[in-house]
Amino acid sequence: MLDDLVRNLRVAYARLWVRVKGGNREPEWLIFDMFLPIFTLSAYVYLYKMLGVGAEFAGFVVIGGTMLAFWTNVLWNMSAQFYWEKETGTLEAYLVAPISRMAILLGMALGGFVNTTLRAVAILTVGSLIFQVPIALNEPFTALLIFFLTIAALYSLGMLFASLFLLYGREAWHTASLLQEPVQFISGSFYPVRYLPTLLQLLASLVPLTFGLDGIRRTAISGEGIAQVWPHVIALIVFTLILLPLAKLALNFMENLGKKEGRLTLRWQ
Amino acid sequence: MPDYVETINLCRTFGKKKELVKALDEVSISIKEGEIFGLLGPNGAGKTTLIKILTTLLLPTRGEAYVADFNVVKEADRVRKIINLVSGGETPGYGILSVKENLWFFSQLYGLPSSVAKERSKRLMADLDFEQYANTRMSKLSTGYKQRMSLARGLLSDPKILFLDEPTLGLDVLTAKKLRNYVIDWAKRERKGTVLLTTHYMIEADEMCDRVAIISNGKILACDSPQVLKEDLRRTPIAKIEVSSIQIDFSFIEKVKGIIGYSETRNIQTGVTHLRVMVDDRRVFAEIESKLTEAKLKVLSVNETEPTLEDVYIRLVGKGFEEAEEKAHA
Ligand SMILES: Nc1ncnc2c1ncn2[C@@H]1O[C@H](COP(=O)(O)OP(=O)(O)OP(=O)(O)O)[C@@H](O)[C@H]1O
Ligand SMILES: [Mg+2]
Repeated sequence: MLDDLVRNLRVAYARLWVRVKGGNREPEWLIFDMFLPIFTLSAYVYLYKMLGVGAEFAGFVVIGGTMLAFWTNVLWNMSAQFYWEKETGTLEAYLVAPISRMAILLGMALGGFVNTTLRAVAILTVGSLIFQVPIALNEPFTALLIFFLTIAALYSLGMLFASLFLLYGREAWHTASLLQEPVQFISGSFYPVRYLPTLLQLLASLVPLTFGLDGIRRTAISGEGIAQVWPHVIALIVFTLILLPLAKLALNFMENLGKKEGRLTLRWQ
Repeated sequence: MPDYVETINLCRTFGKKKELVKALDEVSISIKEGEIFGLLGPNGAGKTTLIKILTTLLLPTRGEAYVADFNVVKEADRVRKIINLVSGGETPGYGILSVKENLWFFSQLYGLPSSVAKERSKRLMADLDFEQYANTRMSKLSTGYKQRMSLARGLLSDPKILFLDEPTLGLDVLTAKKLRNYVIDWAKRERKGTVLLTTHYMIEADEMCDRVAIISNGKILACDSPQVLKEDLRRTPIAKIEVSSIQIDFSFIEKVKGIIGYSETRNIQTGVTHLRVMVDDRRVFAEIESKLTEAKLKVLSVNETEPTLEDVYIRLVGKGFEEAEEKAHA
């Protein structure tokens, strides 16, 4: 029992290590990953400046752009990951090994988080400096709590996607690109959700990113504390508690279906 | 010695009613501990399907399969601890990482302490002659070296039973030979491990395997040591006939009375077709030769020859591997 746990934690660590090592080997990518979001951010900030809306919007946009980096990572490096691993036969190597498949997903998620944090910190720092974001951080601990809960919920969602796409090839890829823009839009990455029509707001509340963004903005820019954002905390915890077991269930289900139908290798798709 | 790998009336089908493919049809084999066992058959025979079921990657439709007494369906976790799988033509791993890093990563899937993992991979890299690439990115390796790395990955976990699916697919003669010898060495001297390998190369089965099962259309047609399988053909005359044309359809020789089966290999460079013909009586050879001459073909030579494993297949199926594959692709 304990033996298995230790082994699986080592597997998760190894998968994390691979991701961090591989993800930062090409410094050009790093620069690209950091500057592209900053360009997007600038476009919004200047747009808002031209429209003459308040200075608080710059803060909104910078935090939105920073958190969006994590969402992009979840979509591109979690959801579609098994597709690549299937193609090279790596998935097969995982599946014949005496390990929990969740350990692989966990390592993938943690590695992705570490990589993205490196980029997100850069986006946040550069963005805040350039656009002189007004910061009102009264409860840094609450802000951090919301951040980590958002990350947990987002990567749980990523693990669920990865599992669901275990049996699919290119479809996973298309779905990822399909989800990028709409989520960016409805979760209010670059403006407050409360300006959206009610129906869209309802839809937005199905995405953990929406709560996370709003919670972080309230605690970091508007100076609110746990007294105001406790619903965010609960919502994010509920998201994680639902998504994580769901991911495990989906993974088991998909693996079994794949074994039944013979679809765990790419050759027969 | 106990049976180490065993299948009982194993069946696997793919697809729905109308296009049902019987990939495995009542397959019963048993492999002993320490044995190198080969599955020999043309494309689509069902070799990979059998390996997938035994390595817990695919469920059987019917029948049972055991690996070291563990049921591959019900006790998959226990099976996984003692096996490993290397598939030819596929290189699991991450192209951006070095060979060394990849090997370390895969060792972690088997819970090896890092020091043991490093020592073992160092040794495997040396034995398989690719230590000079230890720090090279995997994506930069040639096919032959990728395959060496894959074999090292398979052996790294020190499995009791190693499954090799066409381990020398597409490799040059020397590399293929090196890998074969290494596996033989590993199984016979070093580890005393058990090996199940699939191949459609005759020599591979002949050189490596203690016993060979010949599989075609999901059925095991024969199973014995290469010697015994060939011995059964001692009294069947076999001849190599060289004909100086590669254009023609040779199927008309099937109609000659007394012919058991034949195979053909066309050499595009020399413009010569090598026919391998098996007959029930030596006199039939002359008959075939005259039929070929009648068809305005130049017969360059007719030589009687020793049986090979391919002849065993021809005897069982009536045609050679390539003909069987052509039919399967048509
Ligand atoms: N996942 C699958 N879905 C549908 N059909 C399949 C699947 N896997 C195998 N088949 C079919 O089952 C049969 C046996 O295939 P298998 O891959 O086991 O053959 P093989 O002997 O390994 O051939 P090769 O030498 O080409 O590797 C073939 O007719 C193939 O088309
Ligand atoms: Mg195969």
